[in-house]
Amino acid sequence: MENILAFLNEPAVTMVLLALIPLVFILVYALVTIYFEMKVAAHIQNRLAYMETGWHGVIQPIADMLKLLQKEDIIPTSADKFLFILAPYLVFIGTYASFAVMPFSSGFIGSNIDLGIFYLVAASSLVVVGLLMAGWASNNKWSLFGALRSAAQIVSYEIPGVLAILGVVMVFGTMNMQTMTQMQDGGIQNWLIIGGNFPLGQKLALFPFMFILFIIYLLSSMAEVNRTPFDLPEAESELVQGYNTEYSGMKFAIFYLAEYANLFLVSAIVVVMFFGGWTSPFGSFMSGTVWSAFWFVLKGMSFVFLNIWLRWTLPRLRVDQLMYVSWKVLTPFALFCVIAIGFIMVI
Amino acid sequence: MIETPIQAIKTSTGRILRTEEMVVNMGPQHPSTHGVLRLEVVLDGEIVVDVIPHLGYLHRCFEKHCEHMTSYQQVIPYVDRMDYVAAMTNEHAFVVAAEKLLKIEVPERVHYIRIIMAELQRIASHLIAIGTFGIDMGAFTPFLYYFRDREKILELFEMTCGARLLYNYIWIGGLSHDIPPQFVEKTKEFCTDFKKTLKEVNDLLNYNEIFIKRTANVGILPKDLAINYACSGPMLRGSGVDFDLRRDDPYTLYNKFEWDVIVGKGEMGTVGDVWDRNIVRQREMWESLRIIEQAIATLPEGDVQKAVPKRIRPVPGDAYGRVEGPRGELGFYIVAEDSVTPYRIKARAPAFVNLSVINAISKGAMLADLVAIIGSIDIVLGEVDR
Amino acid sequence: MTAQEIHDILKSQFGDAILEAKLENVPDPFIKIQTEKIKEAAEFTKSDERLQFDYLMCLSGVDYKGKLGITYHLYSMTHRHKIVLKIEVPTETPNVPSVESVWKTANWHEREAFDLFGFNFIDHPDQRRILLPDDWEGHPLRKDYQTPEFYNGMKVPY
Repeated sequence: MENILAFLNEPAVTMVLLALIPLVFILVYALVTIYFEMKVAAHIQNRLAYMETGWHGVIQPIADMLKLLQKEDIIPTSADKFLFILAPYLVFIGTYASFAVMPFSSGFIGSNIDLGIFYLVAASSLVVVGLLMAGWASNNKWSLFGALRSAAQIVSYEIPGVLAILGVVMVFGTMNMQTMTQMQDGGIQNWLIIGGNFPLGQKLALFPFMFILFIIYLLSSMAEVNRTPFDLPEAESELVQGYNTEYSGMKFAIFYLAEYANLFLVSAIVVVMFFGGWTSPFGSFMSGTVWSAFWFVLKGMSFVFLNIWLRWTLPRLRVDQLMYVSWKVLTPFALFCVIAIGFIMVI
Repeated sequence: MIETPIQAIKTSTGRILRTEEMVVNMGPQHPSTHGVLRLEVVLDGEIVVDVIPHLGYLHRCFEKHCEHMTSYQQVIPYVDRMDYVAAMTNEHAFVVAAEKLLKIEVPERVHYIRIIMAELQRIASHLIAIGTFGIDMGAFTPFLYYFRDREKILELFEMTCGARLLYNYIWIGGLSHDIPPQFVEKTKEFCTDFKKTLKEVNDLLNYNEIFIKRTANVGILPKDLAINYACSGPMLRGSGVDFDLRRDDPYTLYNKFEWDVIVGKGEMGTVGDVWDRNIVRQREMWESLRIIEQAIATLPEGDVQKAVPKRIRPVPGDAYGRVEGPRGELGFYIVAEDSVTPYRIKARAPAFVNLSVINAISKGAMLADLVAIIGSIDIVLGEVDR
Repeated sequence: MTAQEIHDILKSQFGDAILEAKLENVPDPFIKIQTEKIKEAAEFTKSDERLQFDYLMCLSGVDYKGKLGITYHLYSMTHRHKIVLKIEVPTETPNVPSVESVWKTANWHEREAFDLFGFNFIDHPDQRRILLPDDWEGHPLRKDYQTPEFYNGMKVPY
């Protein structure tokens, strides 16, 4: 027994165990969200979706997963095998690594580093490399198209996204995500979307800019995770399925998993930056380590829901319109907000 | 239109790097070619340089089969299978041509029922056209809303003749059955319910800001070009030509009813763009509803099989009959010799003719626009390839 | 404008090139014209102020056993009248001037007629098979057509 405890206290082992928590979370979350998305989509569209497997089809995602596991793993003959196999893992690694700095609760954060959000932006950029790799390695013109589109799109939308993050970082004066969250503790009135935990005058001055930044970040995050109306990289009516056209079985499942994990990731960033992370909306009521995890997941999931809702309602933009929105609308607004926030914080 | 010349750059080592046009094969198994159309698309980045359609993947030798029937009546099930989303209209077109050849006068009740069926079929077909067009634009939900209502029309058809897709209902000189007793009531019910969906989808799709941005000023088909390419139906009316066979070359009793011909006006962009073609379809459904309501209200009594000939053996000659199908002018050219089988039947399929314009209107558009253009032409490959 | 008037205009323009006309007691009145003159006639019917046949409804090939024929169904959007033009060529030399330059829609119709009947359209810009595969042999809508036993190793008659 003591041996086991000693083994668990070994720093390397602790790290591995800590790292497993987000992985488990992602897996469970993906199963729930697949079910959730299908049901939401179905009810938006006057359908029922899964009804046969279990009560209202609740075990359907597990059945789907089993099906994907059993599928034949096809690698096209003329594909670049090494890159083709590597790509989905690279995409997943990029997403998974970003979860390291995510403050899930007041008591749990994978790695409480000071560069938190900066690291996150850097790590999630790895996804682009994976997508480009997938598109190129598939040796399919539609895949290549999808990969190039997604690279152009993600890189373009990172700029307003990062500018929005910069604005928020200027307000908090820290890049540590745990500190950011703690600064918004104390109830709904302290969340940054309403101006944060600042004196009243400053709060009122910050409020409009924070709202604009929130919208900018929300839009660019939707573009970064390739969801409608920005789902051009996999626009199935134009590009068949984009960069993952040639993927099947488990490799496709990993793309799928990474996409869903990414969806939660960007929602979580929105939550941490603007909606108080794991803090309870009622001050000290219903707060604590477990409750805070609950609030974090609940807030994250509501933005996931927003994404799903928009996906099944809106048509898709065209590629030039997409670029227009990023470069000519979001970026100037974000720049303006950053400058204004600088003035407010100095004063 | 954006001009992007092919560029060549000489590097310091003397290698010549240049951009190249890419040829991609869109179809025959591509989600938005609405069947098995194959487009050879030459792309410069995202810009379409050239489009070469390749047809025939669904060619079923329809015209050859018709020459080997044992009677004219046997052709009708074949005609059904041409445009499988608007089978009723196909039967109607063939029957109009055959009756012209045989000089048969049909009772008034038959005309009325044919009009009701044709207009219901037009609504059903437009529902698919707009719904799938929405999918092409990335909006999935309107499609299912429309399918729900199409289902109601199919139920009406099923009630009438037992079939949901391929009916063999309209016969030369009459109909296979009279309409069942509940039909009138159910059709009225459908007309009332359907008006709600039409408004709903207008909000969700046709006047959606993103949808307008995607479709306005895209794939503009000018008036002259439309006539020169003999486009017809919503394609032609979307380009601002006020022409509808139901009014201008009346073939049944359409001129007895009050309704309007919908013409594209370029409300969101230029006349003849993709948005105009789509909205013409949307508004035509209202007009169809008007016709159905009037026809149902004044449905005369009579025997629907009174004029059905027992044996069909026309005088040698030829006749071309045409009707306004959901996709446009659907014509049948029948050549008869002194025999019970047709000597030659040529189908003038509107989708075939409308599709031929694609090369002229999609040059310089983006790849996503090409998808919009295909969607707005509303092709059914069963009819294009026959 | 009635079929008779249209016929009179064409007769005065083309004279002996009008071979035959049946204007009454038929479902569609038609005018048969010399094959060599068809393109000229097409241009004339389209550009003439009184006729203005700007809409080619249909172009159909027919095999009359020994002769091949093409039927042109014309319509005028301005005057809302119609007429049918017909031509005939011997099966051995089915050369027909293309009317593609007059009505663009004829392009695909003529390709279809070439595909299924084996007409040779003179000056057609893109005379390829359209409905059948490019390597298909023969023209199936001809009355003397024999279905091949095999196509690329696949048995054809089922």
